[in-house]
Amino acid sequence: MLKAILRTGFEHVEDGFDLLFGPKWNPLYQLGALGWFYYWIVVISGIYLYIFFDTGVTQAYLSLEYLTHEQWYAGGVMRSLHRYASDALVVMMMVHLLREFAMDRFRSSRWFTGIPMLWLVFTAGISGYWMVWDQLAQYIAIASSELLDALPFFGESIARNFLTDAKLSGRFFTLMVFIHIALPLILLFVMWIHIQRHSSPKVNPPRELALATLAMLLILSFIQPAVSQPPADLSMVPATVNLDWYYMPLYPVLDKVPGLTVWIALVLGTVFLMLLPWMPPGKRAAAAVVNLDNCNGCSRCVADCPFSAIRMERRSDGKAYEQEAVVDADHCTSCGICVGSCPTATPFRTRSELAPGIELPEAKISALREKTNTVSAQLAGENRVIIFGCDHSLNPTDLSNEEVGVVTMPCVGMLPPSFIDYVLSRKLADGVFLTGCREGDCSFRLGIRWTEERLDGRRDPRLRARVDTRRIARYWSGLTRRREFFKELSKFQGKLEDLLPDSNRGGGMEKESSDD
Amino acid sequence: MIDPKYWLGQIIAFSLFAAALGYFSSSPSYTYHDPGLGLLMISFSHSSERKEECREFTQKELNNLAPNMRRPLDCPRERVALHLELIMDGDVLLEKAYQPTGLTSDGAVSVYESIPVAAGEHEFRISLRDSKRESGFDFSKTRLLNLKPRQLLVIDFREELDGFIFKKGE
Repeated sequence: MLKAILRTGFEHVEDGFDLLFGPKWNPLYQLGALGWFYYWIVVISGIYLYIFFDTGVTQAYLSLEYLTHEQWYAGGVMRSLHRYASDALVVMMMVHLLREFAMDRFRSSRWFTGIPMLWLVFTAGISGYWMVWDQLAQYIAIASSELLDALPFFGESIARNFLTDAKLSGRFFTLMVFIHIALPLILLFVMWIHIQRHSSPKVNPPRELALATLAMLLILSFIQPAVSQPPADLSMVPATVNLDWYYMPLYPVLDKVPGLTVWIALVLGTVFLMLLPWMPPGKRAAAAVVNLDNCNGCSRCVADCPFSAIRMERRSDGKAYEQEAVVDADHCTSCGICVGSCPTATPFRTRSELAPGIELPEAKISALREKTNTVSAQLAGENRVIIFGCDHSLNPTDLSNEEVGVVTMPCVGMLPPSFIDYVLSRKLADGVFLTGCREGDCSFRLGIRWTEERLDGRRDPRLRARVDTRRIARYWSGLTRRREFFKELSKFQGKLEDLLPDSNRGGGMEKESSDD
Repeated sequence: MIDPKYWLGQIIAFSLFAAALGYFSSSPSYTYHDPGLGLLMISFSHSSERKEECREFTQKELNNLAPNMRRPLDCPRERVALHLELIMDGDVLLEKAYQPTGLTSDGAVSVYESIPVAAGEHEFRISLRDSKRESGFDFSKTRLLNLKPRQLLVIDFREELDGFIFKKGE
């Protein structure tokens, strides 16, 4: 229920962003890539700041004051970029997390590896604020060490070190520098692990979007430069501080709730989030299976799998082919894109059982052909259209009518192009309409992209040249673009009416030579 | 190149995002301590007395011990609770017992208390009991101090330095 509300909300917001940016540059489709981009800005600006940073109790503050005021055109801008890109990174990360949950894309190891990043990003960010040693740093130093003191591991109170200036050493800032550099490096490693199961991972946003977001950060840095608060003075209580609310929303809670309670909530919350992919009611569909009798080791499924869940290994059945596809069931999302890439998944096959080299046990390609034939048999009228759609977009069950039949599958990328040839050449329908998730935001990452490339003849298996592409339409509707979907469908049916003389229209299945 | 028809919308969207980044990176300000009050922090670490006195092992007991574990005294590890009391201008601000830390209750007590107090001149009397006595205190100190708003008064305790130490920032 919560997911459905969130998803609908996201899709409506994304509709607006699609209008503003177009699908290619819609930032909501680029959250992960933007996160990477902000990370690199933080790293580059951080390296510059590190050159000038001094690790002394008073020198730390003074070195940043020098950068901010004396060197405002370079050091000041770098400091502001460092802060605002860090804040933007938190925004991207949190929206990314929420969106993956809303879109039901969290049932995978990617979610599991993403959660520890929350700890790393927040801890790295807070340690950075600590290094400034202004009144905000004084506040978070005391509040953070009081939180650490709540753990039963430390004998002596850590917070005691921040009660008088005499107890504070410059070496403390050296330690903070080490932490502030080490944590982002660990974060980079976890980010690398996070995308390991993505083929063609998006780690760079489109250049135009990257330039625009960099320009935004630069302008913001000039308009509102990041500055320090008054220097820390341990003899006085700062009383009022300007928190960075992206990194420190927890601190006001610390003033109200006992530290141990906060720790318990944080640890339980983290464990809950990490285990979320394996919690009910999620039911994982059966993973794709390889049928060696029909696998010729062409490796197209390996190239097309969006989650690197298939690999090629030495042939095990003694056939003349060198290799065979092997599915890693733990990482298979059962999207069926591999089936759509398999050259043996052709519905024209009649002399033997339709069992391609790879397929989904719960959504067999033979059942897809059967469904297509059944839907076709129920169609009547002048402009008969079969819609091939995915289970993650518009609910297609109420889309069908006398002239329109609907066949769905886990992802539209599961549809081999030969199915379109099959429908049109056998006159099962007058036109084929493809729909699915939104352009740029396929639920299985690459289903729409591969489908378009296959239909446009840019990727194997290609749509045969004999197919009249004017009788094929595509509209990537997602969940919310229902009205536009019907408009496009109606336009397509009108086009079919102009396109097809009556003699070309069919009334059902026709016999054609097998492609076996 | 970006399609010109998207320019205006993008500028609005980026401006809103930048405004949100700029604002929430340092606003709204957060007040966690009443600026009109001073702050009194009591922080120290101290081991209280053992619950039971050490006693000499009998010869029989020593014989039963492994040679490398033979020592003259048997000292039970458990320590008594530490009692602290703070009185300001005759009003009790803090009266608390702290249990020794550690699995066998033999560790030092770590006291860390923060108490906002009104600015102005106050008489502070702080007392500590770390022995087996039932009432009264083993250490006590009184000071008349003037606290400014937001000023921090730290009360430390060092047994070797005559007990309580008052440290006030200037």
